[in-house]
Amino acid sequence: MTDSAVGRGEAVSTVDGGPELIQLLTPAGERTHHPEYSRYVEHLDADDLRGLLRDLTLVRRVDTEATALQRQGELGIWASLLGQEAAQVGSGRALAPQDYAFPTYREHGVAWCRGVDPLNLLGLFRGVNHGGWDPDEKNFHLYTIVIGAQTLHATGYAMGIQRDGAVGTGDPSRDAAVIAYFGDGATAQGDVNEAFVFAAVQNAPVVFFCQNNQWAISEPNDRQTRIPLYRRAAGFGFPGVRVDGNDVLAVYAVTKAALESARSGNGPTFVEAFTYRMGAHTTSDDPTRYRVAAEVDIWKERDPIVRLRNHLLAQGLVDDAFFEALQAESDQLAAHVRQGCLALPDPDPLSMFDHVFVDEHPLLQQERREFASYRESFLDGGES
Amino acid sequence: MASITLAKGINTGLRAAMEADPKVVLMGEDIGKLGGVFRVTDGLQKDFGEHRVIDTPLAESGIIGTAIGMALRGYRPVCEIQFDGFVYPAFDQIVSQLAKMRARALGAVTLPVVVRIPVGGGIGAVEHHSESNEAYFAHTAGLRVVCCSDPVDAHFMIQQAIASDDPVIFYEPKRRYWEKADLPEGLTLGDAMPLHRAKVVREGEHVTLAVYGPMVKTCLEAAAAAAEEEHSLEVVDLRSLSPLDVDTLAASVEKTGRLVVVHEASTFVGMGAEVAARISERCFYSLEAPVLRVGGFNVPYPASKLEEEFLPDLDRVLDAVDRSLAY
Repeated sequence: MTDSAVGRGEAVSTVDGGPELIQLLTPAGERTHHPEYSRYVEHLDADDLRGLLRDLTLVRRVDTEATALQRQGELGIWASLLGQEAAQVGSGRALAPQDYAFPTYREHGVAWCRGVDPLNLLGLFRGVNHGGWDPDEKNFHLYTIVIGAQTLHATGYAMGIQRDGAVGTGDPSRDAAVIAYFGDGATAQGDVNEAFVFAAVQNAPVVFFCQNNQWAISEPNDRQTRIPLYRRAAGFGFPGVRVDGNDVLAVYAVTKAALESARSGNGPTFVEAFTYRMGAHTTSDDPTRYRVAAEVDIWKERDPIVRLRNHLLAQGLVDDAFFEALQAESDQLAAHVRQGCLALPDPDPLSMFDHVFVDEHPLLQQERREFASYRESFLDGGES
Repeated sequence: MASITLAKGINTGLRAAMEADPKVVLMGEDIGKLGGVFRVTDGLQKDFGEHRVIDTPLAESGIIGTAIGMALRGYRPVCEIQFDGFVYPAFDQIVSQLAKMRARALGAVTLPVVVRIPVGGGIGAVEHHSESNEAYFAHTAGLRVVCCSDPVDAHFMIQQAIASDDPVIFYEPKRRYWEKADLPEGLTLGDAMPLHRAKVVREGEHVTLAVYGPMVKTCLEAAAAAAEEEHSLEVVDLRSLSPLDVDTLAASVEKTGRLVVVHEASTFVGMGAEVAARISERCFYSLEAPVLRVGGFNVPYPASKLEEEFLPDLDRVLDAVDRSLAY
């Protein structure tokens, strides 16, 4: 296939996000007004804004530390969120406690916002478990690796919320919504499209939050779509918006609006957070084989953390003392992640038989017994 | 005693489960007003409402995937896959998600989802409507797989499957939907045999037939015919394919010394292979003959004009019995 055979028509992913991109902070960190969405951030005070900068900084630090741990052989693999901090923190902080999030395997920033200890994320990447937290404790589901599969779980969960009568009651502590995270590559999956159909016809309280980081491993947007992704929503019968994914305030505002709409009974919204994967797909990937450095340089100019920092500096809301304290907290968190990772115990071999069933059946129990006695036979041999 | 069909036995079982637990919801294509293409859910939407009997979009992965989400929220979804051959679009959600999620969560989540699948051939249908795909799911750790064969059993098995906190693939032999049996009055769920126990449905001395689903009736007829030739066949309805009740079957084989496994599915890497391996290990010194299998051929399910040739029948079962007895 020649290049002329693909990507015809309008550009699906203009570098600047196009005219409909919702933005409240310019890349230089200047506040802009948006007639529909500015009101969703008006209540944020100086502490809230500093809190967002803290979140962004700390999740990047966790990510940096995890990447280092992989390079040192302590993790088998790591999926970096570098560049997507604002998309994750902005949406994560928009969630109410009773809302429920269904992540992919890259939502370390959302996990942070939900209160999941970053250390718990490492088990999967170190190979000691497939998911090391209780989803219901923080309303943050386990990481899902099969692309897009979790969007259906999110939709079903939202259908359950409807049947619990926890939508549209007007009680802000009762009404709940679900947010389903996925990437640009996932929009090609059948499951994601089926989730859109189910959510639409059920009018389910779910927000479909797509982080369009421009790259599905090596495949750019124009190998996945002929139109900007947010416009897909119209065909399914619910609103779609494209937000500047590197603008934490805009992401917060757009997500908050979408969640409120869902909780009040107005059904799903598709949010396309237009962002960029600054690093590799995972530590096993080599992006120099398929993308040029100049593209990465363009996005470096739009770093989500620099953007908010410049804004807060210009507003006089942060000072040296703030940054020193943040640096210290960041170092402490990195040490916690590093030390905790090294201390993660290898699982007991027999534990693989646990939790397959609620009600274990005799054949599984028999296998466990036989394997245990096989292992013990070596121990006996060593002692004699 | 009320006479019920197998379809009605499941229908009344679903109704009883829905009455007993408001968290039980049904999901599937055409299961509402139509009552399902086999009428198994007939009348349930009318009585329990559209919120509990959900006519879903025509997307099998979507059905199972959203059922998983509902289960995570505390519901007990019972999904209907319209025909066996339509379950494959849902394969990832069943195998990679439904079966593995509890282990992934180290026991923190529970997924009481039932997937009902009309199974097997013999109804003169077009392609994809006659398959026996139980081995795929029996091979998958984390799933329970059962197959009912008679109306009374089906009535209770579906209720037990719904009560199970683990995911259950529930096979219904579609060509037996209209078979009738008497449901004894006063028989309750508490009296029913455990879901994962095999049942000796006819006692005999010379050869054991291990069978499930649509072939149970065929094997009972074969046993009746064999009796006229002084051959006494014991018929064991396995009922549960995962886990397998090896104990009940082994006890039978230790008595008869011979085993023939019968199913509609292709024999290659089918359930019969697992049964044969287990029984060979367990009953080696009791066996008078190798374990034989009777099943579909290792070809795609043929056009319906040929299905009577493809499907095991009474004569093919008795042929295998004769071969077993010849050792």
